[in-house]
Amino acid sequence: MIEIRNVYKSFGSTDVLKDVSMTVQPSRTTVVIGPSGSGKSTLLRCCNVLETADRGEIRINGRSIIKDGMPLPDKELNALRAETGMVFQSFNLFPHMTTVENVMRAPVVVRRMPKAEARALAMDLLRKVGLGDKADVYPSTLSGGQKQRAAIARALAMKPKVMLFDEPTSALDPELVGEVLQVMKTLAEEGMTMMVVTHEMGFAREVADTVVVMADGRIVESGPPDQIFTNPTQERTRGFLRALVDGHLAGARPQVTAPDPLAALPDDH
Amino acid sequence: MTLDFAPVWEGLPELLKGAVVTIEVTAAAFLLSGVLGLLVGIIRLNPARRFLYGLATGYVAFIRGTPLLVQLFLLFFGLPQFGILLPATLCGVIGLGIYSGSYVSEVVRGAIQSLDRGQMEAARSLGMSYREAMWEVVLPQAFRRMLPPLGNETIALIKNSALVSLLTIDDVMREGQRIISTSFRALEVYLAVAVIYFILTNAATQVLRVIERRMTVERG
Repeated sequence: MIEIRNVYKSFGSTDVLKDVSMTVQPSRTTVVIGPSGSGKSTLLRCCNVLETADRGEIRINGRSIIKDGMPLPDKELNALRAETGMVFQSFNLFPHMTTVENVMRAPVVVRRMPKAEARALAMDLLRKVGLGDKADVYPSTLSGGQKQRAAIARALAMKPKVMLFDEPTSALDPELVGEVLQVMKTLAEEGMTMMVVTHEMGFAREVADTVVVMADGRIVESGPPDQIFTNPTQERTRGFLRALVDGHLAGARPQVTAPDPLAALPDDH
Repeated sequence: MTLDFAPVWEGLPELLKGAVVTIEVTAAAFLLSGVLGLLVGIIRLNPARRFLYGLATGYVAFIRGTPLLVQLFLLFFGLPQFGILLPATLCGVIGLGIYSGSYVSEVVRGAIQSLDRGQMEAARSLGMSYREAMWEVVLPQAFRRMLPPLGNETIALIKNSALVSLLTIDDVMREGQRIISTSFRALEVYLAVAVIYFILTNAATQVLRVIERRMTVERG
């Protein structure tokens, strides 16, 4: 369970989060949506103290990880982070390790797990995300979708109780998005507690238990996906969803052809 | 005027003995500068630890801003005033190491800062401590980027080591001067000394190139 209570965060003079409170229930998936710059990624990053919330409190599974700008002491914070999986937009796989080493390294280093055991665990997880045959290659040879699935396996190797996803499909080619979302969907169905920042409305609609809409550092509205997508109460939500639909349509529709610049020239040119 | 290389051939055993001393002093100074550079470079990543950061920054500024020769003389002629009388070779190694370390620290800092911040974040998000993340994830990657500039530093170190001849260390430079003092063949002997330095710097470059290549292949 993730409990966020009255969290404020600013970068310099820019207020990014203004009194944000929300809860991710155990074994539930909460999807956070909203326009760029709404603070949703910052909020997620505050949940394992990659960013330090200035005010307010964040609790993971009942343990306060930060309160009024004071994070847990390093040692306890590390232990809590180990139980909080994080998946990044840019994968952040370790390029100097093979795929299986990427997955097994943290259990070996942090949990002092014997290497053979860690390797077996990593292989299981790689097979689970469909990368059993990519164990011994370096990440540079993987596709974006494969990289992100490997990154998910890496996070799962620490047996996290909570998973945080920071726009996990935003850096992917469109045809690779599905395979990553499928892995996430399976995780959700297995009862993982997940907080997902994404622009994938299909995923939000299908997998989320709760959808949270953010804008300008505040939570505008939250509720079950049906309500948010079909019957939003807030104008800002409607505006955001409309812009999203327009964007999709604009991309799908053939572009209006620009007027031929040569036509403007005089005839005798 | 004729060239007469006979003194060079006669003095070759001494020159080679001196070359060995040059290699020893340089190698020891290299190790010291590596350890020092790594520590100082990492300390200078984080201005929040004010005292250490200030100390490290002062060290880099002072050492880079003053001549190596003055630093060596401070150790060799200055410290005895406090009753600290270090052997000449030790003075040479420490002086060269401290000097080179200030440059290496900037190489280390630059290489680490050039890495994507996401690498450290990913490691920390898995529960690794700062030290574990540095050791497991950041430094192995940063090390690859350090190699080319470290090659430059190594060459500079070998060449700068000629100054320790002024601390009465019998390196190749001093052995050469000794031969000149009896043969008066400065051109020939200094040429020979230059060739020996050139061979040493070239060998170092080759070794580093091999390491660099091996680390690139390993990455697949």
